Amino acid sequence: MDITLIWYLVPSLVMFCCGVYGFLTRRNMIAMLISLELMLNAVDINFVVFNRFLFPSSMEGWMFTLFGIAIAAAETALAIAIIINLFRVSKNIDVRDTTKMKN
Amino acid sequence: MESVGSTIGYWIIALAIVIFSVLTVTTRKILRAATYLLFVLFATAALYFKLDYEFLGSVQIAVYAGGIVVLFVFAILLTTHPGDNSERLASRKRVLGLVGGIAAAGACAWALCTRCTDMFTSLPAMSNPTMHRIGEAMLGTGYEQYLLPFEAVSVLLLACIIGGVVIARKR
Amino acid sequence: MDITIPILILAIPLFMFLLLGLAGVKMSHKLAGALGTLGMGTVLLLSYYTAFTYFFSGNPEFVDGTDRLQAVLFNHTWLQFTPALAIKIGFLLDPISAMMLVVIPTISFMVHVYSLGYMHGEKGFQRYYAFLSLFSFSMLGLVVATNIFQMYIFWELVGASSFLLIGFFYTLPSAVSACKKAFIVTRFADLGFLIGILVLSYFTRQLDFLPMTQNPSAVLSSFEGASFLGASALTWALVLIFVGGMGKSAMLPLHIWLPDAMEGPTPVSALIHAATMVVAGVYLVARLFPLYMLEDAALMFITVVGAATAFYAAMVACAQIDIKRILAFSTISQIAFMMVSLGVASKNNVAIHEGLGYMASMFHLFTHAMFKALLFLGAGALIHAVHSNNYTAMGGLRKYMPVTHITFLIGCLAIAGIWPFAGFFSKDEILAACFANGTFWGLWMMMVAAMTAFYMFRMYFLIFWWDNPDYEKEHHGHRPHDPGLAMSLPLIFLAVVSTVAGFIPFGELVTFDGHEYHIHIDWTIAGLSMGVAALSIAFAAWLYMKKNDKPQRMADSVRWLWTAAHRRFYWDEIYLFVTRRIIFDGICKPIAWFDRHIIDGTMDGLAFVTNKASLAIKGFQSGKVQMYIWWYLIGAVVLGLITAVCVL
Repeated sequence: MDITLIWYLVPSLVMFCCGVYGFLTRRNMIAMLISLELMLNAVDINFVVFNRFLFPSSMEGWMFTLFGIAIAAAETALAIAIIINLFRVSKNIDVRDTTKMKN
Repeated sequence: MESVGSTIGYWIIALAIVIFSVLTVTTRKILRAATYLLFVLFATAALYFKLDYEFLGSVQIAVYAGGIVVLFVFAILLTTHPGDNSERLASRKRVLGLVGGIAAAGACAWALCTRCTDMFTSLPAMSNPTMHRIGEAMLGTGYEQYLLPFEAVSVLLLACIIGGVVIARKR
Repeated sequence: MDITIPILILAIPLFMFLLLGLAGVKMSHKLAGALGTLGMGTVLLLSYYTAFTYFFSGNPEFVDGTDRLQAVLFNHTWLQFTPALAIKIGFLLDPISAMMLVVIPTISFMVHVYSLGYMHGEKGFQRYYAFLSLFSFSMLGLVVATNIFQMYIFWELVGASSFLLIGFFYTLPSAVSACKKAFIVTRFADLGFLIGILVLSYFTRQLDFLPMTQNPSAVLSSFEGASFLGASALTWALVLIFVGGMGKSAMLPLHIWLPDAMEGPTPVSALIHAATMVVAGVYLVARLFPLYMLEDAALMFITVVGAATAFYAAMVACAQIDIKRILAFSTISQIAFMMVSLGVASKNNVAIHEGLGYMASMFHLFTHAMFKALLFLGAGALIHAVHSNNYTAMGGLRKYMPVTHITFLIGCLAIAGIWPFAGFFSKDEILAACFANGTFWGLWMMMVAAMTAFYMFRMYFLIFWWDNPDYEKEHHGHRPHDPGLAMSLPLIFLAVVSTVAGFIPFGELVTFDGHEYHIHIDWTIAGLSMGVAALSIAFAAWLYMKKNDKPQRMADSVRWLWTAAHRRFYWDEIYLFVTRRIIFDGICKPIAWFDRHIIDGTMDGLAFVTNKASLAIKGFQSGKVQMYIWWYLIGAVVLGLITAVCVL
């Protein structure tokens, strides 16, 4: 059985859609953040897979993924700091309760 | 054609990714969600290894599994009251979420189908990028070399450290 | 000549203005008055020295044999726009500017001294002196201008200081409206002046006076062939420049501001609205006179405007009650004399020396400044004593105020043109110039001269003779009396000058081409005019010496004329009609309506639509993050589908 490009893309697509579903349905902000990580990870996989299958001699997708990981780490750290701060203020990290910024 | 071992390896990785992704977003306990995420990330790392990107796989494990998930766990422990399950989702909400997810999947699948010529490319032969090559790619300034993004990311990380400290600091 | 003194002449008043204007609030009245007067006294001495040097030193810079030269003492480039276009500030010394250097500081110094008494204890005394200094600075800068743009700058400064001084009593609504009126009317005239400057400098390619006036034929050739609406461009330029002069010198129909300007303090009226600023128009025409000589049409225009104004103002002056208004109209009439005198000095005028009219005009400017300042200061003393501007509140004052009476009488005799007072000599020269141009102008101006004598002595008799009201009863035991030393001394000084100024050999000093010119009095004309003046005075004496009902009966017999003259022939009403009914109602209101409804309406409509739209869509900004994600996801999916469909 020849494992072609599409075989790698489908799990990544499933992972991405799980991320979308989770992001849309979860109330807990940390759970939303976890869903976000899933989506980011799916994108990283895609970069790597395309790089590996279509342009094996260059390293662009590879680099993108590396920087993507770094940025994901930064973003997560910052988001968690914000969430902890929010929790300190309202003892709650339900996304439905954080609508004070709209005014 | 690939070896049977390679094919079996692929199937394990793919199934792990699919199953743990679904579990991540469907479990009601937030700490479990984090744990399933860790498994998804490990599976992704395994996928990188399988595609001969060993350095990338190591980074994936070190940063994601070792760093981010630990952060998640700490945050969850800090913000969740003991024995606090997240409430059951209303079925309407779940259906809506499913519709959204499937719509996104449909759009992507459509895009994939219209580009099907590339979809069946076989895995070409490639030697693993050596550490020497990775180092030159990251710290060089020539063609296909990425010193500037590297520096930008380092500054970004620094800014995030400072921002995180400032935001989460006790007043 | 060293340029220190000219610079000091301009710098001292400016410095005094800044000093009194900025630090005046902290000073006592006495100190501010003393500083202002001292500064002006210094300028007076320096100017006298400069004028004396110019006329009598025989310095080759100023005199070539018997010809007087025009000397530019300094000419500093102030703003260099292009290599060809630069605005300069300089100091031009020639016969007329040297003469003005005598006139302005003299009158200004007298007014400074006089104001020490007149304005004593007034609120804003320091401000008053600051403005006087500003005015002196501007006027001196105007007369010594080396180029027409410098003149324009100082011209506007003079207008601004006039505005400030007319509105000095800014709590009086009448003073406020008077100063606005003066400023607005002269601004309109200055628009003409500015356009004239632009036309002239566009063709001649320069702003300096001397290259233009010393070589008029070059100016004429630079205008070769340019014409507009049937008149040559040079005529237009000159007439437009004259329009600026009409505004400042209160010629018909731009005279309406000057009578109202009498709302200012009386010494200000004497300085600005009688002696110096209002003759700026005459000075302007005189400065450019070699150019005016090129265009008979422009000179004719000046003559006609001047003659009409002289007659009109004399008519109105006969029917006024307010003595300052009488003097104001008399001023208009006398300035019109100077204008006519310039207008009739055409080079086609072969019967007599062509510079006669020019010389006579400048001579009259000089003498008029002296005796009109005297009359105004005398009127100030009267107003100070009686606390009313109207002659109806006066009468029989000769017994109470002998000094004022004698000096005022001298002023009246001078303006009426009785030998040996100053006005006789200058007015005689003007009449001679008019007769030389045409008998019509001569007779016309002689008639105006007769009217001048009549209305001046009507006023004189009504103030000092006529009735003898009981002042002690009216003023609670307070009898009118002569003013103090500060006010009497300027009166006496000016009276002496008005008596002897006619004997100055003016023709040898001030002529338009610098050649000496010997005045010889034409006794036919002089005798005739003096006879007419004496008759008018006798007529005025017959009517007004003793209280009687002859004036009343006379006025009643021509009631319409008297009323019309009293209402100044309805010029103000005409202006009001034009501005209110035609400009405001006919033009401004539709524009305002358009602005308010169409333009504002469009803007309001835009704002309304924006407001409504934001109200309609603000529900989207729910603050619910997951809603945002939904919208984003829908957008992304739709966009993806569109792309896919389009590509297929």
